[in-house]
This record gives sequence, structure tokens and C-alpha cells, in this order.
Amino acid sequence: MKYTTPAGETVIDRQRVVGQPTTRVDGPLKVTGHAPYAYERHDVAANQAYGYIVPSAIAKGRVRSMDLAEAKAQPGVITILTTTEVDELPLGMGHTVPLFGGSQIRFYHQALALVVAETFEQARAAAKLVRVDYERTPGNHDFHALAPDAPLVEGSDGPDVSKVGDFEAAYASAPVTIDVTYETPHESHAMMEPHASIAAWEGEKLSLWTSNQMIAWSKQAVAKMLDLDPANVRLDSPFLGGGFGAKLFVRVDAVAAALAAKKAGRPVKVMLDRPLVFNNTTHRSATIQRLRFGAERDGRLTAISHECTSGNLAGQEGENGIAQTRLLYAGANRYTAQRIARLDLPEANAMRAPGETAGLMALEGAMDELAEKLGMDPVELRIVNDTQVDPETPNRPYSSRMMVECLRRGAEAFGWDKRNTTPGGWREGRWLIGHGMAVGFRNSVQMKSAARVRLSGNGKLTVETDMTDIGTGSYTILAQTAAEMLGLPLEDITVTLGDSDMPASCGSGGQWGAQNSTSGVYAACVKLREDIAERFAMDPNAAEFADGEIRAGGESRKLTEATASGEIVAEDSVEYDDLSQKYQQSTFAGHFVEIAVDAYTGETYVRRMLAACAAGRILNPISARSQVIGAMTMGVGGALTEELAVDTRFGFFVNHDLAGYEVPVHADIPHQEVIFLDELDAIASPMKAKGVGELGLCGVGAAVANALYNATGVRVREYPLTLDKYLDKLPAV
Amino acid sequence: MDQLDYFSVSRRGVLASGAAGLAAGSISPQVAFAASTPAGERAITMQTVSMRINGKAQTLDLDTRTTLLDALREHVKLTGTKKGCDHGQCGACTVIVNGERINSCLSLAVMHEGDEVTTIEGLGTPENLHPMQAAFVKHDGYQCGYCTPGQICSAVSVLKEIADGVPSHVSAELTGPMEASNIEMRERMSGNICRCGAYSNIAEAMAEVAGDRA
Repeated sequence: MKYTTPAGETVIDRQRVVGQPTTRVDGPLKVTGHAPYAYERHDVAANQAYGYIVPSAIAKGRVRSMDLAEAKAQPGVITILTTTEVDELPLGMGHTVPLFGGSQIRFYHQALALVVAETFEQARAAAKLVRVDYERTPGNHDFHALAPDAPLVEGSDGPDVSKVGDFEAAYASAPVTIDVTYETPHESHAMMEPHASIAAWEGEKLSLWTSNQMIAWSKQAVAKMLDLDPANVRLDSPFLGGGFGAKLFVRVDAVAAALAAKKAGRPVKVMLDRPLVFNNTTHRSATIQRLRFGAERDGRLTAISHECTSGNLAGQEGENGIAQTRLLYAGANRYTAQRIARLDLPEANAMRAPGETAGLMALEGAMDELAEKLGMDPVELRIVNDTQVDPETPNRPYSSRMMVECLRRGAEAFGWDKRNTTPGGWREGRWLIGHGMAVGFRNSVQMKSAARVRLSGNGKLTVETDMTDIGTGSYTILAQTAAEMLGLPLEDITVTLGDSDMPASCGSGGQWGAQNSTSGVYAACVKLREDIAERFAMDPNAAEFADGEIRAGGESRKLTEATASGEIVAEDSVEYDDLSQKYQQSTFAGHFVEIAVDAYTGETYVRRMLAACAAGRILNPISARSQVIGAMTMGVGGALTEELAVDTRFGFFVNHDLAGYEVPVHADIPHQEVIFLDELDAIASPMKAKGVGELGLCGVGAAVANALYNATGVRVREYPLTLDKYLDKLPAV
Repeated sequence: MDQLDYFSVSRRGVLASGAAGLAAGSISPQVAFAASTPAGERAITMQTVSMRINGKAQTLDLDTRTTLLDALREHVKLTGTKKGCDHGQCGACTVIVNGERINSCLSLAVMHEGDEVTTIEGLGTPENLHPMQAAFVKHDGYQCGYCTPGQICSAVSVLKEIADGVPSHVSAELTGPMEASNIEMRERMSGNICRCGAYSNIAEAMAEVAGDRA
């Protein structure tokens, strides 16, 4: 299905199944421990051996030699794969540096060897006995030292900066201005399941049971890295224990397991040790962001400038903190630019809502500061700066933009009119109470997505696609889509995901999964409906599918009649043309937070959180709400506690575990409210849905920070807002 | 005496005294002792351990370094119990031993001779869910599902701890009766990390089960 013009009324609009609050179809498997994750596939290959990674103890340099004698002598050791015995692997998709091979070391905890043994305990013990002789070279590990001289990011023709109008002149003449600099730290995805893979060879054919968000991309990447025909590579990833971007691209567990399995002549399984997740894999780069606004006294922005500096290894992009600033608010004179410091730290890459997460933490903090300077309600400041078109390209409208409605609905439900309006001025016993808000913004992305549907002789339907469910609810919304299209009960739908032998989907990333993967299933179901209708000589466009029947022209036939002679299979994809060029497609939220700060100790407690979201059709209000509250939770971590601490002498993230890297826990998170606005966006997808999985994270960090300011009267512009940064400035008690 | 020799002798000493202790308690008849060969090979110490797992007697012959977590996942092949960090920081490996929840990654399997171990598979099945499992499904108390077995084992145990009057950091009194309040449950659940951020929903699920019980 080529989606070139917005759909009119479709079968989905009846919303008998789609849009209904259905609990997850994979729920019973997950709550009983029967959902199989990558490292747990005892059933898929006999005689699995255990691999354990020997990581580099230096951040930069090379391996001079490796002494394996003692490790090899240990009981149970089958083989040891070393980095120096293979050439540097080619870069797979998304990679900045090779995952394995060669003697060069480019980051701390780079994998140098994989010890393979009969048991995990044997492999781990022997791995500790591999002696590596290093040649260490100094590196650039200090982001703050390099940032002032960081060059502009280069585009295809010169520096990648964006200018509209004359920012400097407008800023100089504006009656009210703001010039503030915010910082965000390095952050880790810290999903609960570490990267893991089981590799098995049958001749030249490689099977990988792995934990990966993007099966089609990753199949190609594995083939390229290992010099295999893609037809000889199979990935299977039916369940992932979270990803948040850390599993968009293949990591070393998969390739090391594959190489070692070849060498050992038997299947090998590898799970990264938790500390390796932090330094061996990817993270979100720190940023330093300068924002300058010029505004009229009524709040209308006349000049907007946002400059963002981030860091990464040479060859990879940085954190695009300015992304939303180019689109979110009106303003005639604009300037945005990115700088990048070349760092010898582990690779920075996409983490949930890359760009907007860090960008909005700065932008929406600065907007709060501007509102205060203007003496204006922060909600009203956003509303007066609304735009219904791309502000850089005014002839390009938004497909649908409900920012103002999100703010009004959210403010009303939260009781924003009863907020504290005097920073530091609301005391309840020992608590300072504050309220903050921010806008959430994240684009909706169109991606090709394919699926196959099989209607079997018993009238039950199977959906097959390589789409992944990383906790997002894919199993459920794909089943709902198929059930709606064929008029079948949800129990009659089976969804099979994550297998690269199935039609290539959009995969899970960039909050593009839900609307595109369901649209792919929608397209396949349209074909299936046509096939069935033709068998009964019915008009497919007039036919209604309901209760296991097809009905048209006063006639009704059971679907099982159509499958009497065998199953009916249909496959199709959704593909897009230029709708995303013609229209800006984005999702919006209004985030509202109430925080309590201990007036004596500075400890923070988030007491209330509410998000009002507009993201097109909400395919399943239960799983969509969970995506939003989960992202809000991650946003609390980003605002208050999460920070990868860098050892700038030796070049690594020191707090590489879940006690030192502090993600929110139960005690940190109150009851959370989510409101979904009614919105159908037929430009965004045939399902009229947009993404929602990252929207909840966008802006929430700033809402927390703005609430903390409102509670204490202390503005902290350096995330995370740990109490050492404001304790000595709290109001007198 | 150089450093290496010191540790070498020390290790043997520890093992010898450990063997004596085991013999006196006659816990396990089969113990093979670790030693180093001249080539540097460090022999494995194997030990037999018997426990009841989800009501079923299991006898395992294990490398003594095997954690309860890995014994469950890799030997008994009960993979519902998850490995998230392998050093007691995330709670994904929570199981119930003799009625109390523990982090199974911080416990060696051979320490559990005669113990009664309940894992997520022992609480209920997809066809016959435990009330807490059903409440997690109803309230969407999970997303990716990886921390979920640990959350549920903890949640079941937390309600029992509260019913038994075991105080927590946020309990108003150490000895008085206590309620399954929102903050009391959240405090006790805080050793179980959910990066998907289902905390608000887990609290709802627990409240429903606690309410039904009361």
C-alpha cells in the first residue's frame, strides 16, 4: 500500500477493537515467567557453551600482547576468541567504531576476548586469568574541557546551522531578553535486560537468538560485519527486556557469540555483564546548551537562538538538542547550531527521544525563566507562541497540532490555577511545595513496514512480521488491528514477532513503531479482505467483516467457508511518499508536576505528575498510557538523579552499575495521570495514529526542574538537580 | 613469602576449615576440593544440594560458585527468574525462599540445602494466574516484562511482610500494626527496579490485591 493521500473513513474508524483498553495479549506469559528472552532459549540449540567477555581496562591505546596460558588451562574452557586473531570488523549500521577485532582500543570496556567454557562459572573464572599487556595512549576524556573549542557540526555543504531572519538584530532590539546556559549529563539507557545473544551455525547459516529492536537493520549489519550472505543470517528476538535505543544496533554480544561459536564448533551464548552495558555499549551524550530569547512584553518571541554542544567519538553525530527548537514556537528571527567535541569515551548514540529529551530540558527551562521575567503564566507564554506551521518553512503546515489544547486540558485537570506563584513561598510543615510545567514535543515518523497475515482453515488468523515488542505493546496493538480488520475476536489472532524470516517491519525506535507496524498489518489485511471478497464475488469495498463473517449485498458467508480449501495468505506493506515533506508531523504534550522539597535537607519528592498528550489515534489506551508514564518516570530520573560520572583521567564512566547510576525506584514515583486528547491524524498514517512512546519523556525533565525552582526559588541549570547544587541556597528555615 | 604464595596457602586453609565445618554438620556427602596444579589449573569444587523448587524435590550437582539464580536458570531451566545485574542491585532475580524474598543472585545455590524455593513459575501459570499476577495484567504493571517476575515475587512478599508487622523505613511505628498504604508498599518495593517505569501501575495492582485481602 502506497500511502500518498490521507485516508478517508476506514474500517479502523469503527474502533470495535482498536482503541479499546485491552490488556496485553502477552501479559499472562510475562507475569508467569514464560516469555522467553534471548539468553533463555535452552530449547533452540543443543549443547550451548557459555561465553564471557574480557573487557579492556584502558580507554585508549592498543593490545601489545595477550597471555592466555593460565586461562586456557582452566577446567571447562573450550576456546578463547581474542580480538587480535581477527581483523577489525567492518562497521555495522549505526556503529562509530568496530565492535570487535584488531589490536586498537578506542574505549574503556571494549571487548578484547571471549572465553568459552562448559559453564558460566568456568568461563567467568577463566576470563579473570587472561593477562593483557596494554600500550596506553592519552585521550580526550573531558567534555567540559573540550566544549569551548568544539567545532560546528559539518553538514554536506558547510556548517550545519539554521538561520531565519536576523536573530542578532532582533535580539538586540527586543524589550525582554534571556541568555541562559543549561547542561545535561551523560545518561545510560539502563534497560533491565543486558544485551544477550545465543549464536549457532549450521554450515554457513548463522542463527542468532538475540535482544534487538531493529531486526531487518541488524540482519544486514550482522551479514556485513561477518561477511555473510544476508540470506544466511537469521535473527530471532520475540521478547526484549527493554531497549530505549541501546538495542537499535547490533552489539558485541552477537558478533562475539557468532565468531566464538564458529571457533568452538558449537552454539555459544553471551550476556553482557551489567557493568559492560554502561561502557561497552552506547549512552546519551552530555550537552551544554545556550539559549537566547528576545520577546515582546506580551510574550511573543521575536528572536530565538539555541546552540547545543555535545560529544562523541570521531565519526558519529552528537546529541541533536536543537531539534525541537526549530519547530516548536513561532518567531521571525531564528538561529540554531550544533557543536561537537571529539571525545575518547564510549560511543554516544540514540537513547529514547534523542535530541528532544536533552533539548527540551534546556528549552523549556529557559521558557520558564522568560515567563518569570515577563511576569506571565508559563502556560500562557507557550500559548501565545503557538504556530500551526513549520516556523522555518511557513508554507509547510502541521498535519495536526494540538499543543494549546494539551496545555489547556492539562492545566485544568492539574489545577494549575491553584499553583504556587511565589517561588519559595509555599510551605507545608517542613516541605517547600512547587509546581512546574513544560511542553512535550516529539516528531512522528513515517517508515515502511510490512506484514503477512494467514487465515487458517479454522478461521483463526496469524500475523507475521519482524516487528519487535520492547515493552511497547506491539503484540497487542497488532492483534487489535487484525481483529478489527477481519471482524474476529482478539482471541482468534496470534501475533508472531521478531523473526528476520518474516516480512520486514519498521522495527522499534524513534516512537515510529506503533503507527507504522499497525499500518503494515492494516495493509496486509486490506489485501486479505479483497482476496476473501473475490472468492465470494463480493465487492471488497462494500463488504463488512464482523463476527467471523463477510457480509455484502444482503449476503453473509463464514470466513471458514473461504478457507475450506486451505489457508489464505496475504502480505503487504505500508510505504509513504511525500506527506512528510508536505506536512510537519509531530506529537504534543503538556507536562505538569508538583514537587515537595525538604526545607531542611533539600531532599525532593515528586508528589504529582500529569501529562495531557495528543498523538493521533490512541491504539490502546492501556499500553499507550504505560508508555507515557514510563517515560515520565525516566524523565524524573533525568531531572533529579541520573548522571554517568566520568573519570576524566582514565576515560570511563565510573558509576557503571545500577546502584551508582541512579534510576528512579518505586519510592520516587507517585501516582501518574495521563490524558489523551481525541485526535485523528490521517496524514500521519493509515491508522490515523502517531507515535507516543517517546513523547512522555520529552519536556518532563524541565517540568520537574521548573517545579523545583518554584518550590525553592533556586534556579539550577545543571542537570541532574542533586541537592548539592541548591542546598546552601534554600530559603532560611 | 611473596604475595602469591600467601594467597595460595590462605585459600587452602580456608577450604580445609570449610570442609571440617561441612563434615560436622553432615550437610552434603559429596564435596570435591579445589586445588591448583603446577600448570595453573584450578580445580572445580562440586557439591550436591537438594531443595524443593515450586514444591518439587530437586537434587543438583553444582559447581559451588553457582548462584541460586544461575542454578534456577541454567540448570533447572526455570528461566522466569531474571538476571538483570547479577550483583543485588536491581531485584529482577527475586525469589521466595522459606517464605521470604531474597535476591537469588546474591546467594550460592549450595547454601540452600533443604530450602523451599518459590519462583515466579511456582506462583501461577498462564492458565491459572496467582491473584498478584492477574492484578499485574489488569493494571498493566509491566512493559517489557523482564523485571516483572521479580516485582511479583516481591509484591507477594511485601504484602506478607506488612501483614506480619515487619516494619520498614517509612513505618510510623516499629512494633504497631501497619497498613498496606501506598508509601509503605512503594518503600518496600524499591529494591525492584523497573526501567520501563511501571511503578504507578504496580502500586495500583498491589493496592487491589491488598484490598481484596483485607
